[in-house]
Amino acid sequence: MANQSLRKPTLAVSPENYKTLAQQYTPKPTIVKNVIRAFAVGGIICAIGQVIINFFVSVGLTSVEASTAATATMIFLGALLTGLGIYDEIGKFGGAGSIVPVTGFSNSIVSPAIEFKREGYVLGVGAKLFTVAGPVLVYGIATSIVVGIIYFLIH
Amino acid sequence: MFAMIIPAFIVGGVICVIGQLLMDLTKPAFTPAHVLVTFVTGGAILGALGLYEPLIKIGGAGASIPLSGFGYSLSKGAMEAVGKRGIIGAFSGGVEATAVGIASAVFFGYLMSVAFKPKG
Repeated sequence: MANQSLRKPTLAVSPENYKTLAQQYTPKPTIVKNVIRAFAVGGIICAIGQVIINFFVSVGLTSVEASTAATATMIFLGALLTGLGIYDEIGKFGGAGSIVPVTGFSNSIVSPAIEFKREGYVLGVGAKLFTVAGPVLVYGIATSIVVGIIYFLIH
Repeated sequence: MFAMIIPAFIVGGVICVIGQLLMDLTKPAFTPAHVLVTFVTGGAILGALGLYEPLIKIGGAGASIPLSGFGYSLSKGAMEAVGKRGIIGAFSGGVEATAVGIASAVFFGYLMSVAFKPKG
């Protein structure tokens, strides 16, 4: 038994063939289903945001203040639901519908920070908070500065 | 109290569908991080061209809650500040206009990360 040799692996597949084979067996993204789910989940999240804006307007905030306050509230809710593990479930169902709203931004902050907690509060939580938020702020703020400079030059 | 909810649902839904198509049609090049960066940059550019403002008027939260709305606020803030303070406004305006969002994301994000334990 011990010296019984195993069958040699047969690798009669070139790397190119392997690619096409792998593609054959990869499930095709069910785009239509994903799109419908993204629309429904994204729409519902934004509708909730609108209810919060309407609430802040009804207690006397201006529309700009209400919009800012609602964004902060949605960020809080996204962070809380991520901590509770609920947002990941919404994400599995909703795809981009849960990523694109600001709650998804919040999720992208909390999720890696929790995961890397054992690396400590500075290099774990503190650094990983910005895994996705970092690039978003870099490109967002940089674009706004370029926009501001161009606006300054043409006015 | 229930004004604008249907427009918010439709506009927000359509914006998210664009993100979903970006991911599905470019698989696997576009990760969620790429989607968020694309939306914040795209929103800032559309805002600068005056093309995002109408979406906010039509869709309310449907346009302001997606991350493209964050980009729109950034470039709108930068342009308004340039109008008041000149070139220095280009550097201060964007962050000023979005300060509440950035600060609450950092603060609530940190709070929840400390409060909750990782799974498994």
